[in-house]
Amino acid sequence: MNWLPEEASNLARNVDTVIWFVTIISLVFFFLITVVLVFFAIKYRRKSGEDETPYITGNHFLETLWTIVPSILVLVIFAYGFIVFKQMRTPPQEALEINVIGKQWLWQFQYDNGKTTINELYVQQNRPVKLIMRSEDVIHSFFVPAFRVKQDLLSGMYTYLWFTPTKVGVFDLYCAEYCGAAHSKMLGKVIVMSPEAYERWRKGEEREEQKGVASISPVQLGEQLYQQRGCNACHTIDGTPSVGPSWKGLFGHEVTLQDGTKVTADENYIRESILEPQAKLVKGYQPVMPSFKGILTDEEISAIIAYIKTLK
Amino acid sequence: MANHTVAETIHVPYLEEKGILSWILSTDHKRIGIMYLVSISTFFVLAGIAALLVRLELLSPGKTIVDAHTYNVLFTFHGSAMVFLFIVPGIAASFGNFLIPLMIGARDVAFPRLNLLSYWLYLLGTVIILFSLLKPADTGWTFYTPYSIQTGTDVILLTFGVFILGFSSILTGLNFIVTVHKLRAPGMTWHRLPLFIWSSYATAILQLLATPVLGITLLLLIAERVFGIGFFDPAKGGDPILFQNFFWFYSHPAVYIMIIPAMGVISEVIPVFARKPIFGYKAIAYSSLAIALISFLVWAHHMFVSGMSEVAATVFSFLTFLVAIPTAIKVFNWLATLYKGSIELRTPMLYALSFIFLFTIGGLTGVFLGTLAADVHLHDTYFVVAHMHYVMIGGTVMGFFAALHFWYPKMFGKMYNEAVAKVAWFLVFVGFNVTFFPQFILGMEGMPRRYADYPPQFHTLHEISTIGSWILGLGILIMALNLLRSLTNGEKAPDNPFNSLSLEWQIPSPPPHENFEKIPHVTDWTYGYGKKNNQEG
Ligand code: HEC
Ligand SMILES: [Cu+2]
Ligand SMILES: [Cu+2]
Repeated sequence: MNWLPEEASNLARNVDTVIWFVTIISLVFFFLITVVLVFFAIKYRRKSGEDETPYITGNHFLETLWTIVPSILVLVIFAYGFIVFKQMRTPPQEALEINVIGKQWLWQFQYDNGKTTINELYVQQNRPVKLIMRSEDVIHSFFVPAFRVKQDLLSGMYTYLWFTPTKVGVFDLYCAEYCGAAHSKMLGKVIVMSPEAYERWRKGEEREEQKGVASISPVQLGEQLYQQRGCNACHTIDGTPSVGPSWKGLFGHEVTLQDGTKVTADENYIRESILEPQAKLVKGYQPVMPSFKGILTDEEISAIIAYIKTLK
Repeated sequence: MANHTVAETIHVPYLEEKGILSWILSTDHKRIGIMYLVSISTFFVLAGIAALLVRLELLSPGKTIVDAHTYNVLFTFHGSAMVFLFIVPGIAASFGNFLIPLMIGARDVAFPRLNLLSYWLYLLGTVIILFSLLKPADTGWTFYTPYSIQTGTDVILLTFGVFILGFSSILTGLNFIVTVHKLRAPGMTWHRLPLFIWSSYATAILQLLATPVLGITLLLLIAERVFGIGFFDPAKGGDPILFQNFFWFYSHPAVYIMIIPAMGVISEVIPVFARKPIFGYKAIAYSSLAIALISFLVWAHHMFVSGMSEVAATVFSFLTFLVAIPTAIKVFNWLATLYKGSIELRTPMLYALSFIFLFTIGGLTGVFLGTLAADVHLHDTYFVVAHMHYVMIGGTVMGFFAALHFWYPKMFGKMYNEAVAKVAWFLVFVGFNVTFFPQFILGMEGMPRRYADYPPQFHTLHEISTIGSWILGLGILIMALNLLRSLTNGEKAPDNPFNSLSLEWQIPSPPPHENFEKIPHVTDWTYGYGKKNNQEG
């Protein structure tokens, strides 16, 4: 069924089989009902006002039949859905645990090797993962259509989810529970890597900035962070406004705030915009930027500032 | 009618008296019914315009007409106005008020003044909700905490308005229950009652029992927002999913408050235009009650991925499937009623047959969502949006339109233009499917709901859906103009244009103030069509 996305986890095939099964039963009933409806409406359409119609008020056999048949079918569907659901809710012992934090409006992933990523979840092909999730504010919902998994994130209570990615590739991650102004911008990617590539990533070889400050300039690091920390979801670098203002020509220019006051975008203004985005709101924009306090280090913020300075 | 002596007030058509006071102070159930009809139709149009704007924004990815916050406000207004101002009072308050006394052979409802109070409370609730639009809420019609606690928009006024509307609903339910118990004409036994009465009765029970829970939930929400009491906030010792449990404990039965009256309408329309007795009267009557009772036990099927326990999810999935059975029984009985009939496809019948077709799709796609494993993928996607609209528009609104075209001659004493009405029906039917069918596919592909913007791969289907909304809107516009124009320009309606056997058609159109000159003596059920009983003229 190509209405469903590509099947990229061990659970996807089973879920699809359930959906298929329900689809077939539904189609049978749908066609049965529609055909009878249309057939009767044509065959028994009124020919004249004197048409004689029989006085039929019911039929016990039919009534019993169409009570029992649907009852049996729904019980079967229920049981099938339950069996697969049970599998979806039972993570294997050896699953790799990753902590997930949802907050307005970004995803943060914390791995066992101490790494943290934003909006990009790195996992290894054919290795089961268990996500231990919580929210820092309102309810969010972790949804990866290609894996057929979804689970709400709550504050004050951990929820979990597991899957085994089966295909190498990049898959869409959505927030499926309405969480405010930038709900539709709370997007991420799941990056499934081959075991070798994943090992390299785990050891940090793939990320250039890890190789030492010498090999990468602050501007380059800032540019990487712009992508990796998800700033690009809301800020462009070519001058077109998006959810947030574009960074092009930002540095050194005057910014009009919500209350009408004007400030010059210097280093401190940008720093504050990143750590306390709601403190000074740019006029014409919604207060939807997440705070990056505790996510970006001072060094990284300086790198972003350096990068913004280059965007003339 | 020939025996119409104008001198006695009892014979004066109920529409005769003019002036706003004669309406808003009237305790006549027919006038109250018409006032509800006008009010809910107004909100149907307003909430519909919000829906058209929502669809327009989704015409293309990126910002089309409004920013994300405005989009969120629009779908919140659309949802809460459609649910609380249109569809919950809906057929029950408008047609229920107008028809229940007429159908059971009574002069009014049991408590006419209480009835007027219900309407005033409805008005008060709407005024409060309209005031909330000064700083319109952006929570969605479900008000989930903690977002509804956190947002800076005016959630309090909106929920307080809904709280007031709840009282209106409860009082109407109470009134109808007592009316059906106490005021049936001599000979109108329970098993002779029109099925519309059975469905109104089942609905009234739901209104009476479920609505108080909504009231309490909204009060708790207001208390948490205003006084910071932590019922729902885990940081203050509350339970993060308690609100959802409370909310759906009302709102799932409310789904049936919305749909059961429409089922009653279909059971009235089909026998008349098929000239056949309703098939399986008792099965239909009792299945309404069964649906009403089971609907109290399925609320958590909205919460399979909310973080509640797997055991609870399993139990609620199982119970949910039980509701499917009485629903299926009804559909089969309506179909069987058509067998060997003499079917006339007048406008009400077209809407009734559309109901069966669309509601079947709505019901069957509900089976997907009740199935645990499938729901995990489909929950909170456009699949749910499509399913819900197939049930609510394909079901309830089709039933509402069927009722409008069926009882219009009785209510206003005028006929509408049949040809125009059929054109409107065609546009509504086609437009509806073009709008909502693509949304099933969108949902399967993974498009989440309540998104102001979407990735480009969903563009084509969203575009089709938006074009469909224009066809649907045009159909409804034509329908409305036709009905409005006929109020003044329509031909005078005969007392019984569709040859129905039901009591309301045996009196003048429009009915006189006191309904019946003499309370009728009922000797048979209302579905005596067909050879055995050729009493229709
Ligand atoms: C969810 C969308 C979103 C994301 C993600 C986001 N921002 Fe923003 N940002 C905004 C919005 C909206 C504004 C304007 C309103 C305000 O001042 O908060 C803004 C304003 C800013 C400003 C001030 C710009 C000006 O013109 O005055 C800076 C600097 C900034 N963001 C940096 C960042 C950085 C760095 C990141 C990534 C680490 C980031 N933003 C991620 C939405 C976002
Ligand atoms: Cu969200
Ligand atoms: Cu429900």
